[in-house]
Amino acid sequence: MSSILNALMDIVGEDYASDRYEELFTYSKDLGTSEPQWPEYVVAPKRVEEVQKIVYLANKEKVAIVPLGGGLTLAGLALPLKGGIIIDMKRMDQIIEVNEQARYIVVEGGISHGAITAYLHKQHPHLMHSEPGAPPAATVAGNIAIHGQGDLAHPYGFNTDMINGLEVVLPTGEIARFGSCAVGSGWYTMHPLPDLGFFLGWNGTTGIITKVSLRLFPYKKIREMDVFSVIDEELVPEILYELSHLGLSEDLITTSAAIPPMMNRIHNTSIIIAGDYEEEIEFKRHMIFDVTLAKYIHSGVGGIGAVSMERARPTISKSADWKKGGGFEYVGSIMPVSSYPECYRRGAEISEKHDIPYTVLGRVIGCCHAMMFSWFYAFNRADPETVRHAREALHETDEMVMEINGTIWKPAVFGQKLMMDRMDRTTLQLMKKVKDLLDPNGIMNPGNWEVK
Amino acid sequence: MNLDEYKYKDLIHRCFRCGYCKFPTHWDDVTNCPSYARFRMESYSNGGRLWLIYAWLTGEIPWSEHLTQILYTCTSCKSCVEKCPLSFNEDIVNMTVAAKAAMVEMGRLPNLVKKFFQNVQLYGNPYGIDAQKRSDWMNGMPVESYGGQEYLYYVGCEGAYDTRAQKAARATAQLLIDGGVSFGVLGNEELCDGNEVDMMGEEALLENLATRNIQQFSDLGVKNIITLSPHAYNVFKNKYPEFGGHFNVYHSTQIFADLVKAGRLSLPDKSGARITFHDPCFLGRWNDEYTAPRKVIKAVKGADFIEMDRSKKGALCCGGGGGNFYTDFLGGSEESPARIRVREARDAKADILAVACPNCLTMLEDAAKAEGLDDQLKVMDIAEIFCQV
Repeated sequence: MSSILNALMDIVGEDYASDRYEELFTYSKDLGTSEPQWPEYVVAPKRVEEVQKIVYLANKEKVAIVPLGGGLTLAGLALPLKGGIIIDMKRMDQIIEVNEQARYIVVEGGISHGAITAYLHKQHPHLMHSEPGAPPAATVAGNIAIHGQGDLAHPYGFNTDMINGLEVVLPTGEIARFGSCAVGSGWYTMHPLPDLGFFLGWNGTTGIITKVSLRLFPYKKIREMDVFSVIDEELVPEILYELSHLGLSEDLITTSAAIPPMMNRIHNTSIIIAGDYEEEIEFKRHMIFDVTLAKYIHSGVGGIGAVSMERARPTISKSADWKKGGGFEYVGSIMPVSSYPECYRRGAEISEKHDIPYTVLGRVIGCCHAMMFSWFYAFNRADPETVRHAREALHETDEMVMEINGTIWKPAVFGQKLMMDRMDRTTLQLMKKVKDLLDPNGIMNPGNWEVK
Repeated sequence: MNLDEYKYKDLIHRCFRCGYCKFPTHWDDVTNCPSYARFRMESYSNGGRLWLIYAWLTGEIPWSEHLTQILYTCTSCKSCVEKCPLSFNEDIVNMTVAAKAAMVEMGRLPNLVKKFFQNVQLYGNPYGIDAQKRSDWMNGMPVESYGGQEYLYYVGCEGAYDTRAQKAARATAQLLIDGGVSFGVLGNEELCDGNEVDMMGEEALLENLATRNIQQFSDLGVKNIITLSPHAYNVFKNKYPEFGGHFNVYHSTQIFADLVKAGRLSLPDKSGARITFHDPCFLGRWNDEYTAPRKVIKAVKGADFIEMDRSKKGALCCGGGGGNFYTDFLGGSEESPARIRVREARDAKADILAVACPNCLTMLEDAAKAEGLDDQLKVMDIAEIFCQV
């Protein structure tokens, strides 16, 4: 047994550290098209002190460490590109505090979003957090490490805009806190202290997020999804703009997909509304359909697709399984809402070229300040040819995003390079300085956001 | 073994490893897969297992003892099936069972698994105890041998041999007597039912056991069977028909529920007690029976019935299924599923943790002792709440 494995076992216990082939295999792959990247060790700490000791060990041994949450980025962002130790953070899953009055929850970074939702439903049924548009096994720290978004994105923005405090184990092993918790006065705000935003969206390359204070929001008793459909994609931006001006919805998401046929070439905007009273819901429906969208209905270019549907939690969609092969990956990009038509058309072309039924989705972030637009590419894990097609489609989509002035969301290494090639040189060098300062041994998830 | 010979060759690669399979009904935690709860590495989750099996079958990874151990930590509790959002979810537990079968075919198994099979083959029980001791559980009880009574009371290996489970077997027999049920037992002629053998992938041994049991039941004219164990209930009800054995099968709690309804049992007084119930996987998720045991418990006088956070379809397995009550691959830790489960019962402020399975009984009672809860939390078979013999 290697000295590193021995040391890891001393830190976390024998059961939670491994260098066995089966564990290394499992952690060498994620759900997307990335080639396997093999770690040398896997470790699953329970306490922040254990994380700290693992980081000290990694620095001493000059071995890479890669923190892993739910492992659901699809883009290979928690695959060990340069070997080393995978730190599976999911044992750090405790709820530490809920402050009802100040509407926040403090959790350990490895907790799943599903568990938070379940806890709030049971213990604080009038509060909710933003669960990302991902399976419920997605973790809080993993999601903010990639600037995730989800429920309530329309009124409140990215999930990283909904944070009140952080605890991070730095790449050199010290533990640092950010926000009001840093001055010992609770976990209720990230402001007004000087901005040290070195951790959100960095894919775990600048530290390991161990505690997070998330903002909570009112959870209304009634919640429904209404759908408005148009054929002309050019109408989508103005419809979203008008709905965001109205400001009555919790989420605005437009989708279009080749399959099923009723969705093909049709753009369905899901409008999530909520209220504590039926009258409130009625009023919102009235304002949305009878007032704001009435002109599209009366002119025959749009119609009500559905009203009062149950708002289902995110699940594996049928489109992910088109190839019946347990594989799909998508490119997400942050775009102006006005880009929807071009995003849709170009995405459909790429899909057709690679014989993948197209599926696209645009989620409004903030008050139409941006949109997360995504292109889904399913593949059959057992058929290398479909994997190749999906990978090529992803790369072509990354390039297309750059071409139309978008920014790639949670880019894989290929997309990161495209972004860094175009990035302002001063910004790029600042990224490098920050990284070198925080991580002098270059051990944190190396290969990601790596400035040469 | 290669992929072409594997029963689920057209399905197994379709697992996304999305992680839904780790959750219970209400999404409370990612630990509803007992082996993942115990080890907390992705390789032990259902998705991880399916990816490993696929990689093994396609030659991407070699066979190893650790691989077999990962497979045999699966208790076949079927929790993963409940939350998997994909169209083939019913098969995801069977995919692991089929992979175990492939390993059996190769003869490359963990020693404890081999020993389990050998004991069943040689002694008719996994413990390796003399078949002539099988009827010891009923010593001193007025239990008749089966000879045309309305029901055969099938006790099963745990109830017959495990000293703790024997008490449940006796209490069950006594309640059947008290309720005026016409039944008999097979005594030393009883043979392992084969449910665990099935879940552990030994198809030939299952066929052997099923054929012999069916022959014996048929020769004796058995039409109705009451089982102590939900494991026996499951295999008799769902698997024996494949071998030509068609019987009316009842779990003991289903009979008790009828007896309670008919007023044929005297109801115990447990004033002030707080009773919770641990759903056995092979009664609940495998056979959708959640009502009968609750009806019986709710008939107890003066007691409060409380549900644990994870119950019914979302109940956490005790960790004993798939032969793990014998191999104990999930034991030895505070995070062993049985220990997690008794902590949940404690958190529900229960003072009686009622069970309806001899496997669960022994697993959870041992766990309560390990947690130091045995003074405050009694683990009891439902029959034992009514009478102790």
